[in-house]
Amino acid sequence: MERKEITKGFWIKLFSAPILMFAFAYAMVPIYDVFCEITGFNGTTGRVDSEQQYVVDENRKVDVSFFAMTMGGFPVQFGPKVSSMEVIPGKFYTTSYIAKNNTDEVVMGQAIPSVAPTDAALYFKKLECFCFNKQVFKPHEEVEMTLRFVVEPEMDERIKDISLSYNFFKLES
Amino acid sequence: MTTATASHDDHHHGPEKGLMRWVKTTNHKDIGSLYMWFAFTMLLIGGAFAMGIRAELLQPGLQLMEPQFFNQLTTMHGLIMVFGAIMPAFVGLGNWLIPMMVGAPDMALPRMNNWSFWILPFAGGILLSTFFMEGGAPAFGWTFYAPLSTTFAPDSTDFFIFAVHLLGFSSIMGAINIIATVLNMRAPEMKLMDMPLFVWTWLITSFLLIGAMPVLAGAVTMMLTDRNFGTAFFDATGGGDPVLFQHIFWFFGHPEVYIMILPAFGVVSHIIPTFARKPLFGYSSMVYATASIAFLSYIVWAHHMFLTGMPVAGELYFMYATMLIAVPTGVKVFNWISTMWRGSMTFETPMLWAVSFVFLFTIGGFSGLMLGIAPADIQYHDTYFVVAHFHYVLVTGALWSIIAAVFYWLPKWTGKMYNEKLGKVHFWWAMISVNVLFFPQHFLGLAGMPRRIPDYSLQFADFNLISSLGGFAFGASFILLTYIVIDCVRNGKPASARPWSSAKGLEWTLEPKAQYHSFNTPPSRALIEAESQNS
Repeated sequence: MERKEITKGFWIKLFSAPILMFAFAYAMVPIYDVFCEITGFNGTTGRVDSEQQYVVDENRKVDVSFFAMTMGGFPVQFGPKVSSMEVIPGKFYTTSYIAKNNTDEVVMGQAIPSVAPTDAALYFKKLECFCFNKQVFKPHEEVEMTLRFVVEPEMDERIKDISLSYNFFKLES
Repeated sequence: MTTATASHDDHHHGPEKGLMRWVKTTNHKDIGSLYMWFAFTMLLIGGAFAMGIRAELLQPGLQLMEPQFFNQLTTMHGLIMVFGAIMPAFVGLGNWLIPMMVGAPDMALPRMNNWSFWILPFAGGILLSTFFMEGGAPAFGWTFYAPLSTTFAPDSTDFFIFAVHLLGFSSIMGAINIIATVLNMRAPEMKLMDMPLFVWTWLITSFLLIGAMPVLAGAVTMMLTDRNFGTAFFDATGGGDPVLFQHIFWFFGHPEVYIMILPAFGVVSHIIPTFARKPLFGYSSMVYATASIAFLSYIVWAHHMFLTGMPVAGELYFMYATMLIAVPTGVKVFNWISTMWRGSMTFETPMLWAVSFVFLFTIGGFSGLMLGIAPADIQYHDTYFVVAHFHYVLVTGALWSIIAAVFYWLPKWTGKMYNEKLGKVHFWWAMISVNVLFFPQHFLGLAGMPRRIPDYSLQFADFNLISSLGGFAFGASFILLTYIVIDCVRNGKPASARPWSSAKGLEWTLEPKAQYHSFNTPPSRALIEAESQNS
C-alpha cells in the first residue's frame, strides 16, 4: 500500500485548535464573571435596583459582621461604623463605613466587596453601596459612606452568620 | 538551504559533517538526540538549584542565602524542571521513537521540528538570564500567581513571560507534528489499535498539549498586558480578579501534569512486557484508560484551589471528579501488575526503573488522592506534603520512566550496550537516595511545615536534615548516570539489533544502531502483526 497525502483540511484543523484554545483563555474572563454572578462563587455579592417586597419571617435572625481592609499603600483610614448587626432576612437595613484621608493629596479608591460564607453571597443584595463607584477622598476629609442591603429569605436556614468585607484599592488618577 | 533540500531527497546519504549538521538537521533521530541532551543539561541545572534549596534547608536558620534568592531558586527549579527538562525529554523520546514505531520515514513536518527544538535553548537562556537582572529571577513560585507576579514582581518578569511564550510555541509545534505523524505518516497497513502504547500515550498527550498550552499562553499574555499596557484582568481595582488567574492557570496546569505522565505510562508499558516475557495485559483497556485520564484532566482543575473560597457544591464536584481519575489510573497499575504476574521476570536496568516506577508512582498517586479530599486539603494545602506528592509523581514517575527509556532504547540509538553492572549500581543508589530525600517530606508536611520557605521551626530540623542528605546523594547519582551514558556512547560493546530478546516493536527490526533513514518503504502487514503489542 502507498502512503497517503496529508490534506490541506487536516492542517487547517490541526493548526486552528491551538488558536481557538488561546481565544478560549480570553473567553474564560467573561465566562468567569457571569459564573460568579450566577453562583455567588468567590463571594461576589449581588445588587437590587429597588426595595422589593420579600416574605418576612420576624423570628428568623442572622448576624452580619462588617470588616474593612486596605491594600498596602492606600493612605486612607477605613472602617465600619458598627462592627455587626442583627438582621431579619427580607428587610432592608442601612449602615455605613467611615473613611478619613490623612494625606494632603486627593486620593481615589475602589472598594471590592466579598461575602463569606460563599453560599450566602448569592443572597446578600445591595441597594446602595459606595463600592458601586470609585470614591474620591479630599485631603484630611472624613466621609461617611452608606450601605443599604438586604439578606434574601431564600438563603439556606442553616446560615446564621455572614461576614461582609471591603478591600479598598488605590486608583491611579 | 537548496543543497539541504536536494540532499534530503536522496535517502541513501548519511548525516552532514560538522557542527552545522545539528543546526540544520531535519532528521527525527538527530532532533531527538538534541532534545535529550538539552533536557539533560536542564535537568542538571535545575538539579543544581535543588541542591542549593536543600543546602539552605539542611539546618534551621538562614545560612547560605537571602530569602529572596531562595525564592528565586524554588521558582526557577520548578520552571526549569517542568518546561526545560521533563517536557523536552518526552518530546525527544517521541521524536526518536514515534517514526520508527509507526514505520514512518520521519516526522510529518521536519523543518518545523527543527524549529521547535531550536527555540528551546533560546527560551531556556532567556529564563536563566533573569538571574543576572535587576530584581533577580522570578521569585513567585512556578505557578506565578497574580498579583505577586503582576503588581509586585520585578521587571525581569517580562523576560520570564517571553520565555514561557517561546516554550509554549515549541511544545505546541511539537504536538502538532506528532499528531500529523501518527495519524497520517504511519505505515498504511497499521491500524490504530496496532500502535504501540508509547505512540498511543503520546498521541493523547499531544491533544492535551494543543488544548492546554495555548491557555497558558493566554494567561501570560494577560499578565503581560496587566503589567505593561494598563489592562486589569487580575487587578481588582479595575474590575478584574486575582482568583481568575488561578482558574486560567490551573485549567492549563492540571492537563499539564498529565502531559508529563502519560508518555511515562507508555514507556513503562513497553518495558514491563519485555522483561516479564509476557504480552502486555489489557492493551485496549490501556488505550481507553489513557484517553479517560486525558479527558478527566480537563475538568478537575479547581482541586488546586480548595482554599480560595469555593461554595461547598463546587468543592464536592471537584473532589469527586478528582477521585474519579483514580479509576483509569488504577486500571493501568493493575494491568502492569497483571503483566508481571507469573511472568519469567529478569531485572535488567530498564526493568528495575520500570518496576520501581510502578511502585513509587503509585505512592505519589495515593498522596494525590489524599490531597484531593477537600476537607483534608485544608490541612495539607501548601505544605511539604504537596512537595512530597508531586516529587513522587514527577521524579519517581516521569523522570524514572525517562531514565528507564534511555536505558531501554540506548542500544538502538547508539548500537552499543551500556555497562549493566554500573547501571544497576546507579539504580539502587538513586532508588534509595530518592526515598531518603522525599519520603520524610510527607511527615514534614503533615506536621505543618509550609512549602517555599527558607527557614523553619526547630521541630522540623531532623526530617529536613535527613531529606537534605538524601538530596545530596540523589544529586550525586546523576554524575554516575552521565558517566554511564557517555561510556556507552564511546566504549560500549556492540549491541544486537534486538538486545532484549522478548522486546516487541518495529524499531527492533532496524539495524543495531538504527540507520539514519529508516522505513523508506513502509513495513508489511505481517511484520506489523508480528511486532504488535496488541496480540
